[in-house]
Amino acid sequence: MYDAVLAETVTVSGHGGDRIEAYSARPMAAGPFGGVVVIHHMPGYDAPTKEIVRRFAAEGYAAVCPNLYSREAPGAAPDDAAAAARAAGGVPDERLVGDVAGAAEYLRGLPSSNGKVGTIGYCSGGRQSFLALASLDLQAGVDCYGAFVTGTPPEGFPLQVSPLKDRVRDLRGPLLGLFGNDDQYPSPPHVDELEEELKARGKAYEFHRYDDAGHAFFAVDRPSYRPQAAMDGWQKIFRFFGEHL
Amino acid sequence: MCTYLTEKFALEGSGKGAQGYFALTEAMVYVDHPQHAPYEHTVNIDFLNPSQGPSSRVAVELTEESALALIDAIRSALAAAPPGLTSTAPASKAA
Repeated sequence: MYDAVLAETVTVSGHGGDRIEAYSARPMAAGPFGGVVVIHHMPGYDAPTKEIVRRFAAEGYAAVCPNLYSREAPGAAPDDAAAAARAAGGVPDERLVGDVAGAAEYLRGLPSSNGKVGTIGYCSGGRQSFLALASLDLQAGVDCYGAFVTGTPPEGFPLQVSPLKDRVRDLRGPLLGLFGNDDQYPSPPHVDELEEELKARGKAYEFHRYDDAGHAFFAVDRPSYRPQAAMDGWQKIFRFFGEHL
Repeated sequence: MCTYLTEKFALEGSGKGAQGYFALTEAMVYVDHPQHAPYEHTVNIDFLNPSQGPSSRVAVELTEESALALIDAIRSALAAAPPGLTSTAPASKAA
């Protein structure tokens, strides 16, 4: 089987038409392929996230990860960019939606596209993946332990991370949720709250919760990595996208 | 968790970053995921000068015990020096 993959930095049109940096990886075959927008975690548009993008390409998806910190820190090291974005108050929800829309448009514009696009996000990106699925024409979304989809943020949290429970009704496609039972944000009760709302609204979803795993159990370069949960989670992700994209 | 919470304040002094010394204008303190320290959460301190770009940054990622020890050490060092010696306030300079 021909399995060549092309991975490269590209420019996509983000929110407000801003030209933003993104990392793209896609199979070199004719397709048709589904597309995946990868939403990076709060520590930034870093090497492990780019590895995730390449993994999707190796599995037969065209994938792209927009650098959500492009505007605050063009060309900066990922950790410096994350700090600059934090200093500027974080990524506003509206801008995130615009950037994911631009990334999805980029994927659909590829000659190999089958027209279907899903999102996946980790950590803060989990919440943003949910938000994108509730706001854009997307066929599926994966939320990996995103905090503050439900639950109440402690006092003093900035406005852009307000809970999104009221957006459950707007979900355009099925949601896959992967959570660690030792996580505090989102805690098992937060996940319960989201699941109840999904049921109440009759939304298609699939949740998996892992014991002996907390936040960021997919992060291979961090002590939070839990190989068992991560490997099972990856299987669930590929089956889910295989069905819907 | 991603705490999102950030304490930010203006400061004066210098820091040494990847390109050498630069003037510092602000700092951020937050408890969140570290980039490098082998812990799930740390107290992160960034000394910054945004006007010189995102790379003008000195970063530390400390455990809670280390951060609290740092606070104590700063207070001890200041207490051992003549009052106001490192202050920029004119009245203190005179002391």
